[in-house]
Amino acid sequence: MNRFIGFLKKEFYHIFRDKRSMLILFGMPIVQILLFGYVISTDLKDVKMAVLDHSKDEYSAEIINKITSSGYFNLTDNLKSLEEADAIFRKGDVKLILVFEPDFGKNLIKNTTANIQILTDATDPNMANLEVNYLQGILQNYNVEINRGKKVPFAIQPKTRMYFNSNLESVFMFIPGIMATILMLVSAMMTSISIAREKEMGTMEILLVSPLNPLQIILGKVTPYLALSFINALVIVGMGYFIFGVPILGSFTLLMAETILFIFLALSLGIFISTISKNQEVAMMLSMFALMLPTIILSGFIFPIRNMPLPLQIFSHIIPPKWFIIILKNIMLKGVGIEYVWKETLILIVMTIGFIGLSLKKFKTRLE
Amino acid sequence: MDASIHIDKISKSYGNVQALKNINLDIDSGELFGLIGPDGAGKTTLFRLLATLLLPDEGSAKLCEIDSVSEYKKIRTFLGYMPGRFSLYQDLSVIENLNFFATVFNTRIEDNMDMIRDIWLQIEPFKDRLAGKLSGGMKQKLALCCALIHQPKILLLDEPTTGVDSVSRAEFWQMLKGLKKRGITIVVATPYMDEANLCDRVALIQDGEILQVNTPNEIVEQFGKELYSIRSNDNYQTLLDLREFNSTHSVFLFGQSLHYTDIHNEAPIDELKTYLESKGRAEIKIEKIKPSIEDCFMELSTKSIEHE
Repeated sequence: MNRFIGFLKKEFYHIFRDKRSMLILFGMPIVQILLFGYVISTDLKDVKMAVLDHSKDEYSAEIINKITSSGYFNLTDNLKSLEEADAIFRKGDVKLILVFEPDFGKNLIKNTTANIQILTDATDPNMANLEVNYLQGILQNYNVEINRGKKVPFAIQPKTRMYFNSNLESVFMFIPGIMATILMLVSAMMTSISIAREKEMGTMEILLVSPLNPLQIILGKVTPYLALSFINALVIVGMGYFIFGVPILGSFTLLMAETILFIFLALSLGIFISTISKNQEVAMMLSMFALMLPTIILSGFIFPIRNMPLPLQIFSHIIPPKWFIIILKNIMLKGVGIEYVWKETLILIVMTIGFIGLSLKKFKTRLE
Repeated sequence: MDASIHIDKISKSYGNVQALKNINLDIDSGELFGLIGPDGAGKTTLFRLLATLLLPDEGSAKLCEIDSVSEYKKIRTFLGYMPGRFSLYQDLSVIENLNFFATVFNTRIEDNMDMIRDIWLQIEPFKDRLAGKLSGGMKQKLALCCALIHQPKILLLDEPTTGVDSVSRAEFWQMLKGLKKRGITIVVATPYMDEANLCDRVALIQDGEILQVNTPNEIVEQFGKELYSIRSNDNYQTLLDLREFNSTHSVFLFGQSLHYTDIHNEAPIDELKTYLESKGRAEIKIEKIKPSIEDCFMELSTKSIEHE
């Protein structure tokens, strides 16, 4: 036991004295959450909009008013002719131009139809689509409003409700993804680097010659990162809850249990990587390419898995964070219990046991 | 108590390179044993085999009568090993390093103070300094302390004095003498021939083969020929000239002078002088000297090359 505590103390000295580790451990999670939460947002907010109003009547004014008061759009320019549209898009600030036809109001009352043209800057096609959808929604609402009390024959009005994230807040999506990324980073990458460093510095030679057995060395290496990863998980969930209002509808205990399971998995992956890499550089590159990239790109964190080509969809099954993200979303946003996530949990458990087995087998009690 | 080492026909290869060729070596309990040879001779490989870090391709080694392959775990409890490269934690202070290695061996510094006191007193003033910021000599003293913290029966030191200044080297050997008195078997590898005289016995090793095992004195006595030191105004030209000389047995450049042996036991000094003067050398000084271990090593290694 004394041995173990001595080893832990040594590990913590390493971590706390290395500025780089400290930055990755404690700076990274916070910066990532703030980045994803505030900056890399796919929500619409204050999209700059210009208006070309050929009509200038009360109806067009009211529509403009409705749109700008929604909070999604900001009116910045009033254009005088369509020729200006090209120039203003090229400048880049304005993403959307709303064109009212001449006699818009008159047409609306007399002919019951009036035309609005929406021009968007589609250099970012997803955003352009989103903007058009939002705008159409607002116009649809207005349409309903002015027709209130009148019979509109055969009108089908779809009423949508977004379950589990009714405001379509993207931060709800990102918190589980960031959890998976950070835990992967801290647990897998940091442990693999820290074991590889012992090899590189030659200290592993001395540890091996000592009476410590492989399990003691591995446990001593892993435990500090288990503790620090868990703290990180708490920080991420806490920041999500208190700053961005990401709910935890399901059981908090279950959430934490699943988190610890995933940390174990990441740690065993880290040990596995360290057993096959000779020095810190190799361990770092392996963690980066084998763990970080798939975690960010193929886990469904940023890009939906069902939109991927079939081979990648199949490949995504062997990426542990994918299952963890599904579990997190289910527990946090849908509030379900273990009965809905037992399959994913089982997959994680099997993966963990597999990697621990592999690394214990690969861990050498000698230099070769 | 028996703390001897028996090495029986050990061979070890890395790919196509044979690092050790059929080595036999017996080191007695309590001996201060030197393994002398140039870089790449196979010293480190032999140490790692003894330290149970490598498996031999053939042959076996026993430390304290315990087999180094099948019972390596037992050996690891009583072995002190200091690798050639400084292998302590550079980001831990002196005292933290020592404490860590004490706990690894399930012991405490205080319990072993007796063993390490002489060395510890020298590094104690720096005990809060990070190990990475120590001087070369201090690093080696700390590494020795760490290797001794569990009172090993056998101490393996792989080039402990390489890269250390001459004062620290002398101090280091003084410490080894002190440890020897405690009955620890000490095996030291070194590329410095002058350190061989400080050992009880030495093995001269080259290209994975042991050339000779003997006491330093006997090795020198076996030299068998008169050795001459030759100086002139241009040592390098003299070397080239002597290689052409018809009764030269061997000639090597040794620092400021040339060491020369003749095919006859006694060299014809006058003839030599005349020959060198005819080649245009001046200020020629020729004197008889006692051979050193290094001379013996050169002699033995050229013999073994001629053999092949």
